[in-house]
Amino acid sequence: MLVSVNWLNNYVDTSSVSPEELAELITKTGIEVDGIDYFAEQSSNVVVGHVDACEQHPNADKLNLCQVDVGEEKLQIICGAPNVRQGQKVAVAKPGAVLPGNVKIKKTKLRGVESNGMICSLQELGIAEKYVPKDVADGIFVFPKDTAIGADVQRLLNLDDAVLEFDLTPNRADALSMLGVAYETAAILDTELTLPDEHVHTDSEQASDYISVGVDAADLNPYYGAFIVKDIDIKPSPLWMRNALMAAGIRPINNVVDITNYVLLEYGQPLHAFDYDRFGSKHVVVRRAGDNERMTTLDGEERTLSSDNLVITNGQEPVALAGVMGGANTEVNDDTKTILLEAAYFSPQAVRATVRDTGLRSDSSARFEKGVDPNRVERAGLRACHLLEKYAGATVLTGPIVFDELDRTEKTVTITEKLINHRLGTVITSAEIETILNKLQFPFVKHDDMFTVTVPTRRGDIAIFEDMLEEVARMYGYDNLPYTLPEGSSQAGGLTKQQELKREISSYLQGAGLMETMTYSLTDEASIERLVSPELRAKEPKPVRLPMPMSEDHNYLRLSMVPELLKSVAYNRARSQMDISYFEMGNVFVTNEQTLSQQPSENLRLAGAMTGMWLRHPWQHEQKQVDFYLVKGVLEGLFAYLAIPISFEQTKLTDMHPGRCASILIDGRIVGFLGQTHPVLEKELDLGETFVFDIDLDQVMDFYTNTTSYEPIPKYPAIARDIAFIVDEDVLAGDIKETIEKEGAPLVKNVRIFDVYKGDNLPEGKKSIAYSLFYQDPEKTLQDDEVEQSYQTIVASVNEKFDSYVRS
Amino acid sequence: MKEQLEAIRREALAKIDKAADLNTLQDIKVTYLGKKGSLTSVLRGMGSLSKEERPVVGELANNIREAITNEIAKKTDVLEKAALEEKLEKEAIDVTLPGRPVHVGGPHLLTSIIEEIEDLFIGMGFEVREGPEVETDYYNFEALNLPKGHPARDMQDTFYLTNELLLRTHTSPVQARTMQQYGGSQSVKMICPGKVYRRDTDDATHSHQFTQIEGLYVDKHVRMSDLKGVLNKFAKSMFGDDRKIRLRPSFFPFTEPSVEMDISCKVCEGVGCSVCKQSGWIEILGAGMVHPNVLEMAGYDPEKYTGFAFGMGPERIAMLKYGIDDIRNFYTNDKRFLTQYHHVKGGTL
Ligand SMILES: [Zn+2]
Repeated sequence: MLVSVNWLNNYVDTSSVSPEELAELITKTGIEVDGIDYFAEQSSNVVVGHVDACEQHPNADKLNLCQVDVGEEKLQIICGAPNVRQGQKVAVAKPGAVLPGNVKIKKTKLRGVESNGMICSLQELGIAEKYVPKDVADGIFVFPKDTAIGADVQRLLNLDDAVLEFDLTPNRADALSMLGVAYETAAILDTELTLPDEHVHTDSEQASDYISVGVDAADLNPYYGAFIVKDIDIKPSPLWMRNALMAAGIRPINNVVDITNYVLLEYGQPLHAFDYDRFGSKHVVVRRAGDNERMTTLDGEERTLSSDNLVITNGQEPVALAGVMGGANTEVNDDTKTILLEAAYFSPQAVRATVRDTGLRSDSSARFEKGVDPNRVERAGLRACHLLEKYAGATVLTGPIVFDELDRTEKTVTITEKLINHRLGTVITSAEIETILNKLQFPFVKHDDMFTVTVPTRRGDIAIFEDMLEEVARMYGYDNLPYTLPEGSSQAGGLTKQQELKREISSYLQGAGLMETMTYSLTDEASIERLVSPELRAKEPKPVRLPMPMSEDHNYLRLSMVPELLKSVAYNRARSQMDISYFEMGNVFVTNEQTLSQQPSENLRLAGAMTGMWLRHPWQHEQKQVDFYLVKGVLEGLFAYLAIPISFEQTKLTDMHPGRCASILIDGRIVGFLGQTHPVLEKELDLGETFVFDIDLDQVMDFYTNTTSYEPIPKYPAIARDIAFIVDEDVLAGDIKETIEKEGAPLVKNVRIFDVYKGDNLPEGKKSIAYSLFYQDPEKTLQDDEVEQSYQTIVASVNEKFDSYVRS
Repeated sequence: MKEQLEAIRREALAKIDKAADLNTLQDIKVTYLGKKGSLTSVLRGMGSLSKEERPVVGELANNIREAITNEIAKKTDVLEKAALEEKLEKEAIDVTLPGRPVHVGGPHLLTSIIEEIEDLFIGMGFEVREGPEVETDYYNFEALNLPKGHPARDMQDTFYLTNELLLRTHTSPVQARTMQQYGGSQSVKMICPGKVYRRDTDDATHSHQFTQIEGLYVDKHVRMSDLKGVLNKFAKSMFGDDRKIRLRPSFFPFTEPSVEMDISCKVCEGVGCSVCKQSGWIEILGAGMVHPNVLEMAGYDPEKYTGFAFGMGPERIAMLKYGIDDIRNFYTNDKRFLTQYHHVKGGTL
């Protein structure tokens, strides 16, 4: 909503504050003012002049040589506008004038003839092209004949007007009208309010001789008023009205259209003028449209309607889409003599349905959709009639003819001083509340400390105590509210166990050198089935597709975070960022339903992607590429930090390197996987060797205890023994380790692999794996023979199980 | 014999003084004090001395042995120190060469901001809760006083999965869920961070996915001044002690009265500049007193219980705090962007 301060001044005197101060006050009290636009940039030295003479330039066909009287002097001006004529009153920029865009007007010569100024178009005076009336769009602006010569054009054309841009919240539909804004402003400035003139002369002719009104859908149209206005002289509307409309962002057209638009903005009540002589009957019938009924709206489009749409008909065919747009065949034109002026209440539901079905949105529909003031419908019609009498020379027949089942009841809300202060934490007195209600012009009755407030229908947003509480609070001023802290019982705040786990994981991985990312939860069709962790795949989840996505890149709920992480890696590689170590925690969405009937379960996961060089230290000839064991080491470290034992099992997974992929297990349950992505996928996504991991944190949660108990530092020394087995190449180091741990328990506290060797000194197809065993007894110093005995048991078991022998 | 001994002393001390390395010193020790050394051989001739002379010469010989031993020790010390110094000198390295790089990770900027806000409210006794990202129409809208057909429910904005299921458009459903869980008879004091979704085309200022933090406090006798006090505390901790706040009336279907909170602009100190669009204030969050319909639907008697709620966008806070001009930066995960904000706790706006 654009609010012209000059227009607002018709109802309430704002001269005590500047437009900037007014904007600030309105913003603080209720409606956000997004900005202040001066209607036009400042211009100076532009006055009204009379074209005394106008003849063709001696040396140029398209230029006119004009003698212009500007009051104090007469100026010879050369003008190129096609519409300049002798006898016109025009806007003259005198020599020394400055026009918008810092255009300085000087005395000059055009084709050998002196020109002392410029005759201006509205565009040259700074009015935006789209608001300039069509009849003067291609030339200079012409003032009415009675305009005083020498008058200041800036003032006359309202060019100094400040326009406040309101950012309205949906509840404040009242401020979609200048009167609503005037009530608000009068309350804020605590000043008088002057209401517009709605007086109409009585006429001997009866509107009922011209029209009857019938409504078949009173639920959607509880009030319809039809005014008949005769003897209309279609012409431009008065200058002040055109100025007001342009400032409000509406292009002036002619007096009838301008008046309906003006009253729409003034009262917030849309009106519609039909050309009576082309209406086609003497009967207005309002009804639901038939299914597939057709009509042509005044934008020339043929529309197919349904029974959701309310239409105005002449008893036979639709002549308007109620509250949205009129029909082409009854539109007012230059020959119109008599109009049927409609002032109606169309229900928000009816108009919303038509807007939804047709995609047509207008200043009218916007107001009906929010609900217009039931007590202002007929008054707006009268106001328009008053203006038509005055500015179109029209006669208003005695009327209007109405259908009226409109509920105009005003609500009442009860408030007390005590409850208001109790809710706000303030000390507002009864007298202050009275003052506030008076400023708002809300009538009330006071009984002891109880106010029964009558809410005017213009404020449809107020219905309950809390609404009235807000009115009192905002008028009292939020700046005046004290700062307090809650008095209620204090409780210990904190994180849930899962949130603590997330923070622990994040801090470990950051310390280990990984960066956290945030990717989109919505992925694309190509990625949806990709790199789903084996334990999740086993649940046979069904992909969930959005029925109305915004883009094909984001139309599925993800089942894995890895594909989006890989996209981030590719994005960086395309920008020469080759070394990436990323992790992320987030939800994937799991359901078995083909057609969703309930929410998918949300599975919290940890995923990562690592590629490129991990360490690059050239001058000491050190570098280390990210590889499987680096990623595995990070995860082993993480779970050691979380005090959760994990193990790994070789596995094969679609889209993963068949020989470099492992599932991750806790207590025998698969909780995720890690490995290198498949080289074919890497090529497709433009990746280098990339290692990824994906872990189900919901399962990890089952094993996570965030309280670590104290373990005493061992008193007795540990004994280390090294041992190397020679085995077939396909024997897994982890399997031997497991056997050592099992056989060595309880004395073997720790087993570490310190060497793996294949080559010269070993038979073909064999490898050697070396382990360090750490023995310890918490109770006493270990004896050599105890260690030796255990050692021999281990060697025997391993050799038997893996067909190995000890390397000497 | 005495002369002989004195000569040994002179000769030995002179040699020690001249010795240039530890080997020479060792040789000197053997030459004079060893089993076949000169001092020993002189003493072997002691038998030929008279009873009176023996102790005198003996004492002298001991003195000389002691003197030589001491001098050797002293000299050894000096030479060892010199040798060490020489060795260390040779070990000198070029300290201007670059060190071995350590891999440094870090949090996502949004996580930093969310955790900072979480910690702040935990300090004020709030618990941190989360809720599902796929929500029911009921919790996302109806329970928040947005019945079907409500004009403020913009269907176009919502990613619906079915008629009843959708991607949540705000974190507010967690309010309703938490209150329901607390069963209408306990106070609720929680904040809820999370991802939310809107049907927007991604551009510099719109993202189909973004984050929000919601806060809720419901108890007997929660006042609007409490909301102001809590938000003031939040604003000062988050943006600096010199920030002022202001509340402006606004509208949200689930609160009444509803307000928006601005903080004073740091750049211009309230005078007006391009950052604050000349107003001197920067909009930070929306808040209000929980609407009685919302309390009632969640099982709280609005006659007995009142509450406040607030919600804010970490992206907006980050963009304001660090002058980030494109919201897509948070989700493209460009390494050059991510690394910029690894050490950004605190900061000013
Ligand atoms: Zn500023």
